[in-house]
Amino acid sequence: MTALLEVKNLTRAFVGLVAVNDVSFSLQAGRITALIGPNGAGKTTCFNLVAGALRPTAGQVLFEGRSLEREPPEAVCRMGIARTFQIVRPMTDMSVLENAMVGAFSWTTNVKEAREKAYESLENVGLAGKANARTDQLTLPDRKMLEMAKALSTRPKLLLLDEVMAGLRPTEAAGVVGVLHRLAEGGLTILLVEHVMRIVMEVASTVVVLHHGAKIAEGKPSEVVANPAVLESYLGAGFHA
Amino acid sequence: MQRTSNQASDTKRWSAGALVFAALAVVGGMSNAYVISLLTIVLLFTFMGQSWNLMLGIGGQLSIGHALFVGIGAYAVAILNIKYGVTPWIGLLLGAVIAGFVGAVLAWLSFRFEVRGIYFALLTIAAAEFVRIMFGGWDYVGGMQGLFYQAPSGAMDLGMLRGDARFYYFVALALAAIGVAGTELISRSYWGYVWRAMRDDDEAARALGVRTFRHKVLVVSISAATAAIGGGVLGLVQGAIFPDSIMGMAISVDVLIGPVVGGLGTAFGPLVGSMAAIPLHHAMGALGDALGLPGLNSVAYGAVLILVVWFLPDGIWPSIVRLYGATQLPARGRIPQLRKVEE
Repeated sequence: MTALLEVKNLTRAFVGLVAVNDVSFSLQAGRITALIGPNGAGKTTCFNLVAGALRPTAGQVLFEGRSLEREPPEAVCRMGIARTFQIVRPMTDMSVLENAMVGAFSWTTNVKEAREKAYESLENVGLAGKANARTDQLTLPDRKMLEMAKALSTRPKLLLLDEVMAGLRPTEAAGVVGVLHRLAEGGLTILLVEHVMRIVMEVASTVVVLHHGAKIAEGKPSEVVANPAVLESYLGAGFHA
Repeated sequence: MQRTSNQASDTKRWSAGALVFAALAVVGGMSNAYVISLLTIVLLFTFMGQSWNLMLGIGGQLSIGHALFVGIGAYAVAILNIKYGVTPWIGLLLGAVIAGFVGAVLAWLSFRFEVRGIYFALLTIAAAEFVRIMFGGWDYVGGMQGLFYQAPSGAMDLGMLRGDARFYYFVALALAAIGVAGTELISRSYWGYVWRAMRDDDEAARALGVRTFRHKVLVVSISAATAAIGGGVLGLVQGAIFPDSIMGMAISVDVLIGPVVGGLGTAFGPLVGSMAAIPLHHAMGALGDALGLPGLNSVAYGAVLILVVWFLPDGIWPSIVRLYGATQLPARGRIPQLRKVEE
């Protein structure tokens, strides 16, 4: 199995704090990988480093063998990596369809083509019926789906999702899980930053656990939950399953 | 099915626009000299307002120094025509190219060094004032004494863009029509979508692959070039240009008042706004002179701006559209483009 993305010895220091410390992992093509860890573990920093929103202090991010840690976010996107934001950011002055069209303009300048791709992305996440709605008419789960549709319109090979399930009710989250499974079956590689362990168990084939900026475990979800270091990081020392 | 309803409203919008401009053409055929000359100015500022509108209303970049580009256009036409007898058509083209280049350099330098939003707007004022003062002391361009066109013979000459007041009215009308149609077309093109995306959320747009830096430079450059074309014609209409009259702050304000009052980011807003604001400005000026109260027109401008921003924060045109039940327009509390600039 080939690695689509390789993270090598990635380190990012802020003033007085090493948020991500010497983290290495790789993403297998067509699989869903989850990056988890307790609050402040460095998940979002790590995510932003891969997405080009932050520059690493040290280390490398290789996508299809190409180094991308010095690339700006728009270049990273054009290489085939799309991301969502933890806080939904619809373009409020544009309709749902127009929002989804923006992503398509990363590979085409043809409005008709962009519109068709946008419809396709909206259908993929179940939002096609609301294509002409205003974004402020959408519910929170729909807005999260719109974020995903925008990202899908860029025709990514790798989709980075930053806490898409946060704030969703269990039934709504189940809907998102269904969408993720469908996308992965279609060949898309997904990296998921997630706080809620239960959801990660359902979707991820590999889990990378961060704690205080360092990787403490990596493996199948069932292996990771049985790992004493992971349990300790989430529940404190002295807890053993 | 909603796609077809959009097409229907598209057709309706284009027909409404054509109707408005046909009516304006009829007005031009019938009215007296005063109305004609006033409407010529209104239509020219509609066109220049459109170019400014493109930059802030769609591209999200604020300029308070558009007089710079207006002036570049006016001087390019005047210098070539008065000194060398070259047709204004070439002057308009050259003015647009120079202004587009100046705009691009200004934008490139600013955005390269992270001078954005309101600070970029301040820089546009500084650039406009710098060039205005420089031109005032530069003999080649006429200095403070300005440049004077030969009085028109009255015979229409399309090749030299000379003619009577009615001729210039129709030139201005054609420009305004191009401005409205162009804004509508651009706003629904690749550029329009990408620019609106970067206006609404720069970081999110970049994450979707939009190269916002080059698009910002592009929108400023196109806005500058089109403003210069309006300026070139404005100079011809006025018959003389001076640094203070064609490149002063008053021009920058006149350019932006149409879109702000009429409705930012809309195709019709600058026309509606200029129609409302500029005649009022002139009427108040005349009233002020009659009453011995100079400056009354500026007070009126300020009052209109305050009233519009307070009661119709989207501008007049979107408020009319909403009154007639069109629901596609997003609900807004304040002018979103300005809110974005403040951030």
